[in-house]
Amino acid sequence: MTAPEPAVWLRNVSFSYNRVPVLEEVNIDIPPNEFCSIVGPNGGGKTTLLKIILGAVQPDTGEVRVLGESPIRARRWIGYMPQYTRYDPHFPVTVLDVVLMGRLGADGVNGFFGWYGREDREEARAALREVEMADNWNRPFSVLSGGQRQRVLIARALCCRPRLLLLDEPTSNVDALAEEKLLSILQQLQSRMTILMVSHDLGFVSTVVRSVICVNRRVLVHPTSELTGETIREIYGGDFRMIRHDHRCSEQGHIRV
Amino acid sequence: MSEFIQALHDPGIPFLRYALLAGLLASVSFGVVGTYVVTRKISYIAGAISHCMLGGIGAALYAQTVVGWTWCTPMLGAVGSALVAAVVIGLVSLRGQQREDTVIGALWATGMAIGLLFLAKTPGYFDPMSVLFGNILLISKHDLWLVSALDILVAGLALLFHNKLLGICFDEEFTELRGVNAGGYYLLLICLTALTVALLVRVVGIVLVIALLTLPAAVAGYFARRIRQMMVLSIVFCMLFTVTGLAYSYVFNLPSGPSIIMFAGGAYLVVTIVSRFVKWFAHD
Repeated sequence: MTAPEPAVWLRNVSFSYNRVPVLEEVNIDIPPNEFCSIVGPNGGGKTTLLKIILGAVQPDTGEVRVLGESPIRARRWIGYMPQYTRYDPHFPVTVLDVVLMGRLGADGVNGFFGWYGREDREEARAALREVEMADNWNRPFSVLSGGQRQRVLIARALCCRPRLLLLDEPTSNVDALAEEKLLSILQQLQSRMTILMVSHDLGFVSTVVRSVICVNRRVLVHPTSELTGETIREIYGGDFRMIRHDHRCSEQGHIRV
Repeated sequence: MSEFIQALHDPGIPFLRYALLAGLLASVSFGVVGTYVVTRKISYIAGAISHCMLGGIGAALYAQTVVGWTWCTPMLGAVGSALVAAVVIGLVSLRGQQREDTVIGALWATGMAIGLLFLAKTPGYFDPMSVLFGNILLISKHDLWLVSALDILVAGLALLFHNKLLGICFDEEFTELRGVNAGGYYLLLICLTALTVALLVRVVGIVLVIALLTLPAAVAGYFARRIRQMMVLSIVFCMLFTVTGLAYSYVFNLPSGPSIIMFAGGAYLVVTIVSRFVKWFAHD
């Protein structure tokens, strides 16, 4: 029996910025339909790793395969959700306008001009239903709460018909209730796609996420089943060396059984 | 006002009709492109482009009078130099290598310097003030044709690619990830901005034209929920400011550019203050 094609596969990937190494010798295997979290201290290279997977940054050395293709070619299957705080709070768009942007870049004449058809609209509304924001489709994006905006951005990512969902700190700047809501939505999506999210909140991570990628220049992959409360606290404190000594990681990291 | 309407019918002063027509036509492009410029926050780029037009206008006047290229009208020079400036700034800002603001400042001043040098070497008296702040006496029927053609081109392209332009204004990174050539559309947007500021350079001048691009959109932004509403409102406001400004300038014998901009600026100030009060009372 051959193993299923990994959703994200990195071999010996290194990247440095102005000669300062950001990532060194990174090896990652994420199987399809995994729910995986990327954690690590600020400046540890989490964002760079995400950008390498998106193909927005080229690694200096090593090989990257996303869904069996080069990152640039795999982009069409990636649903990306950035942090909502990046957006101009006064931008005049409605919820539906934002979600429809997930349909940009389609093929054909409509795709060339970027016009949306009935199918695109229906897909956008379906995505909004999935994140329980269907009633808000005509509200301005600017009046929504942080948690609601995050859900709209997830809906936009879903509109890309993703096989891989990439989320950048989905739980930052939202309250506990909104976080719980996001969590249940992501849990439902997990059966259909691989989910990879950058998170600094390990309490959130441990309950739903099945494996954790620790990034601090070097990268280690842990299945969450092996994370005890104590190790979580250690990661949270940024003490990654401790873990590396505790777990004898192979080249591929821990493979979840 | 009746005085102004009478003057519009006066066959002896065709330039007033031309200016009004140019203003009304160009308002469509100003409303549409101005909305993108305001939401994408690139009004400083529009400022640099418009000031660079002095270089093109000066060179065109020189070519007309000294070299003898009669076809090389100042309007053509304005359009050409605006496009060159737009492409340079666009490429610099996409590459991200040089400091963008430094390049913008350099183009801004150098463009003006080139223009003034050309004007100095062009025989006959030409008042730079009329280029800087607009002079409707200079508008010709030929200019009006060019304004109409460019207006259709700019508004047409902007509306045809509306969703993609909206995409790069709202979230350039995401749009790029969707396989859209975000850099290319950004360049398109800056070139459309260049053509737009060139449209009314005769009426309001290169220094003031930037205000007519951003102020109607900024006023519209207070009322609009969606970008299309903002565009329609911007067009209406732009027409309103141009007509009232022109009428005011004719009746009180004032320069047209400053009159138009004064109405635009005044409206923006009033709307900003009123909306502050509304928010303030709503919180109580």
